[in-house]
Parts: sequence; C-alpha cells; structure tokens
Amino acid sequence: MSTGPTSATAASTPSGSAGTTATLPRLDSSGTPAVGLSTLVPVELRKAVDTRAGRWLVAAILALTAAAVALVVAVSDDGERTMADLLSFAATPQGLLLPVLGILLVTGEWSQRTALVTFALTPSRSQVVSAKLLAALLLALAAVVGAILAAATATAVSGTEDGFADVGVTTILLFAALQLLNVVMGVAFGLLLLRTPTAISVFFILPAVSSILFTTVPALADLAPWLDIQTAQMPLANGDFSLTGEQLGQVAVTGLLWVGLPLLAGWWRATRAEVK
Amino acid sequence: MIDVRELTRSYGAHRAVDGISFTTRPGRVTGFLGPNGAGKSTAMRMIIGLTAPTSGTATIGGVAYQDIVNPGRHVGVLLDAGAQHDGRTGREILTIGAQTMRLPRSRVDEMLATVSLSDEEAHRRFRDYSLGMKQRLGIAHALLGDPAVLILDEPANGLDPAGIRWMRDLLKGYARRGGTVLLSSHLLHEVELVADDLVLIGRGRIVAQGDLASLGSGDGRGAALVTAQDNDALAAALAREGLRSEPEGTGLRVHAGTADVGRVAAEHRLVLTDLRSGAQGLEDLFLELTASTQREAPSTTDGHATTSTTKGAPR
Repeated sequence: MSTGPTSATAASTPSGSAGTTATLPRLDSSGTPAVGLSTLVPVELRKAVDTRAGRWLVAAILALTAAAVALVVAVSDDGERTMADLLSFAATPQGLLLPVLGILLVTGEWSQRTALVTFALTPSRSQVVSAKLLAALLLALAAVVGAILAAATATAVSGTEDGFADVGVTTILLFAALQLLNVVMGVAFGLLLLRTPTAISVFFILPAVSSILFTTVPALADLAPWLDIQTAQMPLANGDFSLTGEQLGQVAVTGLLWVGLPLLAGWWRATRAEVK
Repeated sequence: MIDVRELTRSYGAHRAVDGISFTTRPGRVTGFLGPNGAGKSTAMRMIIGLTAPTSGTATIGGVAYQDIVNPGRHVGVLLDAGAQHDGRTGREILTIGAQTMRLPRSRVDEMLATVSLSDEEAHRRFRDYSLGMKQRLGIAHALLGDPAVLILDEPANGLDPAGIRWMRDLLKGYARRGGTVLLSSHLLHEVELVADDLVLIGRGRIVAQGDLASLGSGDGRGAALVTAQDNDALAAALAREGLRSEPEGTGLRVHAGTADVGRVAAEHRLVLTDLRSGAQGLEDLFLELTASTQREAPSTTDGHATTSTTKGAPR
C-alpha cells in the first residue's frame, strides 16, 4: 500500500539482530531493570499515604488508637486496667479502620481508574496484588506496633500492679495476627468487589448479618464458632487472649472461610477483570 | 513496531473489535481514526493487555506487551488522561510512575518541562487540572520512560488550538527521531495534520488503511459537482458514458473526475454553468467509509455463528 515506510524500515532494521526475519525491528527488553516486589511494595505504600484521604486515614488510625487507650485509662480507677485489657481497647478503632485502608488500597485503583496506568506499567496483575497485600500488611504492622506501644505506656502510667502479668508473647502474637487478618480481609473484599462503597458496606454488613443469624437461630448455635467470624473472635475482642486449642481452631477455620476464600476469589477476579 | 493481527473482541453477540489487522512503523505517526464507539479504545486496550482479546494477537516489536520487561521503558501509554487519582498532585503522579519504572526523580522534572507544566501547576491537585493540563500530564507520563513506541488514545481531546499545535509538533519530532506513534482520534482534522499513515475503523472493522497521501487523493476519480443549463440532459449523457450521477443542490454529483464530466459535456454540446471537484477530502472518505460499514452491519450477523471461521472472510 505504502512503499515509503517499507524501504525506510528495512534500512533501519538493526543488522546485528541475527535470526530475525521480520521487517520490523524487534523489541529487546532483556537489559531493562525489572520491576519486582522490591519496587512495587514501596510504590504501593507511597500510594496509600500520598493523598489527603490516605493520610487522614492513617492519622485517624494512630490518633484513635491512642485516644481509645487514653480514654479507658482516664475513666478507669487506678490500678484497674491490665495491658491485655488495654490492647483490646486499642484494637477497636484499628479493627474498624485498618480494613478500610486495605479496601481503599485496592478499590482506589478502580474507582479512580488508576488501574489503567498501574496495570499498563506492571502487566503482571498478581504482582500488583501481592504488592498491595504486602503494603497493607506493613501498614497494619505499623499500626499494631503503635497500639502495643500505646497500651504498654498506658499500663505503665496507670500503675496497675502486675499490669503486664497477663501479657506474654502469645498475647502479642494473637493480637497482631488478628489485626493482620482483619486488614487482609479488607483487601480480599476490595479485590472481590472492586468498588469502594460496595466493598466497605459489604465488609461491615455481611459479618454483622452472619453474627445475628448465628446467634438468633437456635439450630445454628452450635456451628456459630466454626462458621461465624465474629463469634470465633469474640474472646480476643474481649481481651481474653488465653485461647484453648479448639478456640484457636475456630479462629483459623473462620479465617479461612471469611478471609482465605474471599481473597482467592478476589484475586481471581481482579487479575482478570477488564480495565476500562 | 506494533503488529496487530485479526484482533477481535466480542461482548456477548456484539463485536466491539472485529478482526482488525494493521502495523505501525518506526519513524512514522499512525493515526487510528474512527467515530466514537468504533472500537479504537478497545483495540488499544487489547494491544497493551488490559483487555483480553477474544481472538487474534497484538505484538510490539514481536513481543506481547505482557512479556516486555518494565514495559513503561519501551512503550509509552496514554489511554485516558482523566484516569488519575483526583487527590494526587501532578508531580506526585509522575513520581509514582518514575518510581514504578525505576527511573531517577530527575526524569519527573525533565518531563514537566517537556510538556510545559510549571512548578506551581505541578503542585496542584489533579482534580483542579483542566482537561488540557491533564492531557499534558498524560503525555509527560507516557514519555517518562523514554519509550520507543507511543500509544495514545485521543490525546488531543480537550486541548486548545495552541495545545493541538504543540502536540502535533511534539509527536512529529518524536517520530522523526525514530519513534513509533499510534494515536487515535475521532476527529479527522486532528489526525491528518500529524499522521503519516492512517487506519480507519468503523463498527469494529478496518474500513481503509494506507498512507495519508494516497488515502487523501481520492485517486483523482472521486467526484465532481456540476451544474448544467439542462441537468437532465447532462445526467442522461453521463449515463450513456457509464458515469453515475445523482441530483445534488442545483446540479449533479457525478462519480467521476471533473475532466471526464467536462469531456462528456463538450461531446454532447451541453452548457455547464458550474463544474468543480466534489471530492474527496479525507473527510468524505471517512464519512463514506464509516457510513457504509453501518449499512453493511446487518449482513455481518451471519458471521456470529461461526466465530472461528470468519477470520479474513469479510470483504
């Protein structure tokens, strides 16, 4: 059709590219610095806090955690609160807001349509999702450390006798695991639903509905700790970190059901959904 | 560089992109032209792997986009200038891009300068950007990795005349240095001033492609607008010579060159009051070709049942 470009291309074809028979130049990206998780996780962390909404959310998590602990100490009688006690209070604002952070990290790409750019620069969507998951976990970990420091400070200040007696490595690990599980659940629901309002509503409504269902229908009562995530996590939420083996099993099973499954399904959806 | 072969994407029974094939070459700007909803954006999304093709392939330099290491360094993409987070500043958006591509931060300043976004503008939030500023930022983002190929969807959309001029000069310069550009538009005049090659798409199908000069010339046979003292006599005379004509305005539109019409009129001693070329700007071609695919649309329904065998069958 057009004779000009053909000859021009032939002339500009690199003579060194042996074995290429095509008239068009080959693209060789083997020498380009690769983009891996060590690049993408810092990028995702940056994206989580480089907007006003993101910064406020992180600030709110830290401030509310500190405020919750301070408030409890202020209204309690001296020497009443132990560290495990205070940790469970610190967990409340975190439990509400960390998942939102996880949800926004994912759904923001769709609602703000930045997925178009993100996936153009990193075609491996699983890599992007992994980076988001790791970034959410790192942010949650930072919040957990903040909560533990706040609770420890408050325990020391309130002067409770043996205030640290009920806090062992297990307590700390369980507390951290619960918060991390929570943020992963947020990421999972974000991946599954891809829309901010939907993901946030479903994240809060679905477990509540499940909880009501399992506690009001007598026939389901026995199954509740194994199927309902709020029932299973009840002791932890109440500051009782000394779980039996069975209770641990229930936390794990509901975790698989409420976090593992949505994560798998969400991963599948987000890596295949058409980006427009 | 970009090689698209029999690319097809169906949404249910609707074929948004229907077996399109074309190539773009280094050193040239290829305009991807078609009315809104013709399938341009879907095709471009398939080229960079954001939409999975129903069938067919698209490669860049012989490689599928997904297999390019750090693709931003090789292919600059601007699919939608508005697809950025409202709350980020322009500078932050470029910084994220640079960080993702593992580029030095100095690249951000270079690109801001290239697209003439001032320091003050770069610190504004994206939601406060005009459409023209968004397009400039999008171009800066596409150029960040110093790519050899640019894929731009409606980049001139929202630019003022000076901005369109700027974009044209930038893309021409880029192609002159050996770059490959594929840019889409639904406006012919935006494309014809910058493109070397054209791919015209209507209703998911390519209706014409080639270099601008050959497409625009209409082969000299295009059409003539003629008015005679006796239009009926002229129409009859033309018909005897095998030239089709139909009434238009005060005269006739003839499917032939002006010389042919003049010759017929002279041979039949008919007095002409007006004779001029009625052809065949690219615009006419564009409208005619895209309109004809719309008329042909019903006949494509029989192709739906045999998805795998329709390759190359139409036309």
